[in-house]
Amino acid sequence: MRRGTGNETGSFLFKKNKKKNPVLSHCSNKMAASVAVAGAQHLSSVSDLVPDWARQEVSTGTTIMAVEFDGGVVIGADSRTTTGAYIANRVTDKLTPIHDRIFCCRSGSAADTQAIADAVTYQLGFHSIELDEPPLVRTAANLFKEMCYRYREELMAGIIVAGWDKRRGGQVYTVPMGGMLVRQPVSVGGSGSSYVYGFVDSNYRSGMSKEECLRFVAEALTLAMERDGSSGGVARLAVITEEGLERRVILGNELPKFFSA
Amino acid sequence: MERHTTDSRVKGVSTGTTILAVKFRGGVLIGSDSRASIGGSYVASRVINKLIQVHDRIFCCIAGSLADAQAVTRAAKFQLSFHSVQMDSPPLVKAAASVLRELCYSNKEELQAGFITAGWDKKKGPQVYTVSLGGMLLSLPFTIGGSGSTYIYGYVDAKYKADMSREECLQFATNALALAMGRDNVSGGIIHLVVITEEGAEHIVIPGDKLPKFHDQ
Repeated sequence: MRRGTGNETGSFLFKKNKKKNPVLSHCSNKMAASVAVAGAQHLSSVSDLVPDWARQEVSTGTTIMAVEFDGGVVIGADSRTTTGAYIANRVTDKLTPIHDRIFCCRSGSAADTQAIADAVTYQLGFHSIELDEPPLVRTAANLFKEMCYRYREELMAGIIVAGWDKRRGGQVYTVPMGGMLVRQPVSVGGSGSSYVYGFVDSNYRSGMSKEECLRFVAEALTLAMERDGSSGGVARLAVITEEGLERRVILGNELPKFFSA
Repeated sequence: MERHTTDSRVKGVSTGTTILAVKFRGGVLIGSDSRASIGGSYVASRVINKLIQVHDRIFCCIAGSLADAQAVTRAAKFQLSFHSVQMDSPPLVKAAASVLRELCYSNKEELQAGFITAGWDKKKGPQVYTVSLGGMLLSLPFTIGGSGSTYIYGYVDAKYKADMSREECLQFATNALALAMGRDNVSGGIIHLVVITEEGAEHIVIPGDKLPKFHDQ
């Protein structure tokens, strides 16, 4: 059973089979010595005094999305992190840089995805120095896949890797729970994604421009945030091209408006 | 609008399904896919009609356990025809929805079926009602239901406009159903649509090869 204080970044919760966290040992990194052993694992006996949300794992029940266009990618995510019914962070940044032109969008357990992203950032940085050139998006995606697949029983992470490299331009790779890896021109993930599959299927066209992609992602995120209780807050977008990175935030009241029953 | 996530635990044949009903200018449109599955891995029927006529201008569509839904609609049909004879006038759509709601609510422990009722009556014109699993009754301009509806919430929220024309509404419903059928493995087959207006009810069938195609097909 998972215990923990729930809110620390980089703190680890003991997994179901009580092994030491695999990502930690895989990396032999400095990392959180704050492995939240939570020696005070007597929470169950004080269940009345501890609120519900303090006993739940922090999850980025979420909506994440990435689209390829000619010259780069547009990625987007909502900004809500929940512990049960409590919104632990309403302005989360789920778009995590892995390298200069490679980002990942995180969904699932906040702790797991942060740990994996940190580990991959380290590995990719090292690899890039060895190569003496910027890494490929496909390499980053494969590193994610390796970790997510090897430790699939212990982890709960759905990740979209997107970026730009010289060999293949803008690319989006999705690594859902379980550790599959596939490249897709458009990919959605997280709990809110179920509600927008229809919208994405009907509205996506290949050959969209950067502005069209931005609008497409903003609209899809908005629709998902409207329907999914675990998604909400602001919409964070980023555009990655050869030139560099451009980040945008669309606040709640600036989101596109749709019909509401 | 409830998510019917219980379909895989429905014993026997289930209409893991996508159903919807939309009000437009002058009438309502009610539509569904045509797949009935057992346990999500065997398609018991690929052409069933989930649009049940409970009276001349009132139709309902079913989601959940097919057996439960058929039993409830049979009881509802009987009660409505009796009621209509007593009142000496066609029943109100709300009456039809209420009958279904009463049956669902009183038997909520045993039943596992949800309904969308749509129709036209002289008092209020075109109407759409939804009766959820536990027996809640709601009147709405449009509604979607069934397991496949999860995937099209975003699409219908984005595309629905009040007061559409009949053609726009047909296109909207066809697209929505096709998108849901494309993503939900327990929805599929052909599309059944019924357009109900003051004039009467018209049944339209869209076979598999005439379904709208989207970018990845």
